[in-house]
Amino acid sequence: MSKEREQGMSLIVKTITRLTVGLILLYGIYIVSHGHVSPGGGFAGGVIIALSFVHLMLAYGKDVALRKLPKAAASFFEGMGAMLFLGIALLGFTGGYFFLNFISKGEPFRLFSAGIIPLCNVAISLKVGSGLFAIFVALVLLKVGSENKDI
Amino acid sequence: MLELYILLVFMIIGAIIAVEVKDLLSSVVTVGAVGLALSMAFLVLKAPDVAITQLVVEILCLIILIRATIKKDLPFAATGRWFLNTVITVGFIFVFLMVCAKCLKDLPAFGYPLMRVAGTYIKEGLMQTGATNLVAAVILDYRAYDTLGEATVLFTAVMAVLAVVRVKGRKDPNEEEAGDE
Repeated sequence: MSKEREQGMSLIVKTITRLTVGLILLYGIYIVSHGHVSPGGGFAGGVIIALSFVHLMLAYGKDVALRKLPKAAASFFEGMGAMLFLGIALLGFTGGYFFLNFISKGEPFRLFSAGIIPLCNVAISLKVGSGLFAIFVALVLLKVGSENKDI
Repeated sequence: MLELYILLVFMIIGAIIAVEVKDLLSSVVTVGAVGLALSMAFLVLKAPDVAITQLVVEILCLIILIRATIKKDLPFAATGRWFLNTVITVGFIFVFLMVCAKCLKDLPAFGYPLMRVAGTYIKEGLMQTGATNLVAAVILDYRAYDTLGEATVLFTAVMAVLAVVRVKGRKDPNEEEAGDE
C-alpha cells in the first residue's frame, strides 16, 4: 500500500472505495442473473460491472486497476461473449431453426426457469462490460499521454 | 400526472442552466441532474427496465465527460453577432413548429390501430417462453436476431475507437502502453 500512496486521490476516497467496490460488483452480478424474473437484464448489469472497475481506476490510478483486469483479458472476454451468444443461437439448429429455446421452460418465478434466456443475458453482459471498459481505458491513456507532452 | 409535469419543468430549467453557465465543470454536473430527472420520469411512467438502463449509462457518460474536461476549461465564446443569431434561431423554431403542427393532424388517434402482434406477446409470452420479465422475453426470444445485430454494432464501435487511439499513441514515444499489441 505504501507504493500506491503516490498516485490516485486522497486517503478518504481510497478507504471508501475499498469498502464499496465489492458491493457494486455483487449488485451487477445480481442484476444479470435475475434478468428474466425482475427488471434489469444483460445490458444494465454489464455496465454496472464495468463501472466497478472504472471506480477502482479513478480512485487508485491506472496501474492497480489494470493489474486486476488487464487489457488482453478485456478483449478476450469481449470476443468470448460474442462467440457464446452466436453459439447458443447455432445450437438451436439441433431442433430445427435459429434461436430455438431448446431447454425446458420450468415453472415461472424460479431462478432456473426460462430456457436459454439467462445464458443469453450472461453473454451480453460479458460483451457490453468488457467493451465499455476497453473504451474507457483507451480514453484515459490518451489523456495521460497528451498531458505528459505539455509538461 | 402532476409529478410528471414537475419533473418536466425541472428538466427544462436544468437544460437552460447547463447552456448558460460559464464554468464547464458545473455545466457537466447540471447535465447529470437532468439525466437523473429523466430516469425518475421513466419510473413514474411504469417502465423500470428503461429507468435502470438510463441511470447507469448516464453515470458512465458523466464520468467520461468529467475526466475529459477537468484539465481543460475552454475560453468563453465571443458574442459578436448575437442579434442575427437570435433572429435566425427564432425563425427556424417557428418553421419547425409549423411543420410539426401540419404533420400531427395526419396521425391517427393514440392507441389505434390496435396492434395484434403485441397483444399476442402480452397474452401468451409467459406460457411460450417461461420468462416473467416480458421485456427479456421479447428481446431474447421473439426478437433475438435483432439483438445479435446490435451486439455486432457495439463490437465494431469498440474496434474503431481502439484503432484511432492506437495511432495517436504511437506518435508519443514516452507512452508505450497505448501502442502495445
